[in-house]
Amino acid sequence: MDKIRTVLDQFGKLKVPAQSLSPNADLYDAGLTSFASVQLMLGLEDAFDVEFPEHMLNRKTFSSIAAIETSIDEITRAAA
Amino acid sequence: MNMHTRTASIIPAEKSAAETFLDELFDAGLLIDTGVDGLYGRSGAFEDVINAFNGLVAKYGAADKATAIHFPPGIARRLFEKSGYMKSFPQLAGTVHSFMGGEADHCSLLADLEAGQDWTEQQQATDVVLTPAACYPLYPTVAKRGPLPEQGRLYDLQSYCFRHEPSKDPARMQMFRMREFVRIGSPDQVCAFRESWLDRGQKMMASLLLPLTVDLANDPFFGRAGKMLANNQRDTGLKFELLIPVTSEEKPTACLSFNYHQDHFGSLWNIRSADGEQAHTACVGFGMERVALALFKHHGPDVEGWPTEVRKLLWG
Repeated sequence: MDKIRTVLDQFGKLKVPAQSLSPNADLYDAGLTSFASVQLMLGLEDAFDVEFPEHMLNRKTFSSIAAIETSIDEITRAAA
Repeated sequence: MNMHTRTASIIPAEKSAAETFLDELFDAGLLIDTGVDGLYGRSGAFEDVINAFNGLVAKYGAADKATAIHFPPGIARRLFEKSGYMKSFPQLAGTVHSFMGGEADHCSLLADLEAGQDWTEQQQATDVVLTPAACYPLYPTVAKRGPLPEQGRLYDLQSYCFRHEPSKDPARMQMFRMREFVRIGSPDQVCAFRESWLDRGQKMMASLLLPLTVDLANDPFFGRAGKMLANNQRDTGLKFELLIPVTSEEKPTACLSFNYHQDHFGSLWNIRSADGEQAHTACVGFGMERVALALFKHHGPDVEGWPTEVRKLLWG
């Protein structure tokens, strides 16, 4: 989760540091915009060396730190 | 006889409904073929319909007292670059290039032309990009005027626009006119504006006896990032379209669109509300040619034969 928070700080343009957010906090409420969520998606792909499949390219996938972790776990498991 | 009809007589391949309608428009003389899909001349009768519809839009919007601005169909390249258009729609953009060489370059250009070879290599980008949407030149203009007044601002724009998407569908032109009312202000102000036009737009188009539906929509954003932007746009209800069947019942044509950009343009151009917050923006867009095509499709190629009440609304 720390790694996700680092990427969030780098690309999410949030109003608050990602460290202050609980895993289930709504990232859109924390200031994540549509365009920033695209940058976040690309940043996560670089950091975790994964590629989000098309069905995950939506708002829900990036709605919280926990949701992002679940999605990355799912991709990693599918690739294993 | 036009090119399309000749081709059809040689190859009896099935034409799409869109192509058939395009042929009908050429045959009726309403549109004039230029040899490039999506680039057409318009007849006087076609333009009369556009002008009359413009008048109707003006009536429906009159009480709002919008400030009218007409920009040319080109935008400063520097502003276009900052607009982020190339991030979202690189496939649609059209840039203006010109010859900037000397006499020797001119000779080689003419030789290339003569030989039927590519002569465009020497063309260089000018400071002009073709306007992709009527509102693009507006935001930097508004930003320059400083913070908004308390009631925000409302503009009435119209421009020819360019989008590189050649098609036989007459409702998908490469050069077409877009009229837009653009509201800039607080989130409440711009959302109320969009709501009112969702209502007004439906009443106005229904009064022209056109069958319509309103549906959630998304812009044709490019690539994987675009897929995500499009999904976000739908999930958050940022774009609605008023659809009228023109060349297909299953895929009706978007004739009006109602867009809420949140603070996208406000942040990008640093437009501030009176209270110092980033301004939000919303717009209602009218695809002028699409509306004319919908009218011709549903009421026939001869405006004299259109229903009396439609004629009365348009021409008094």
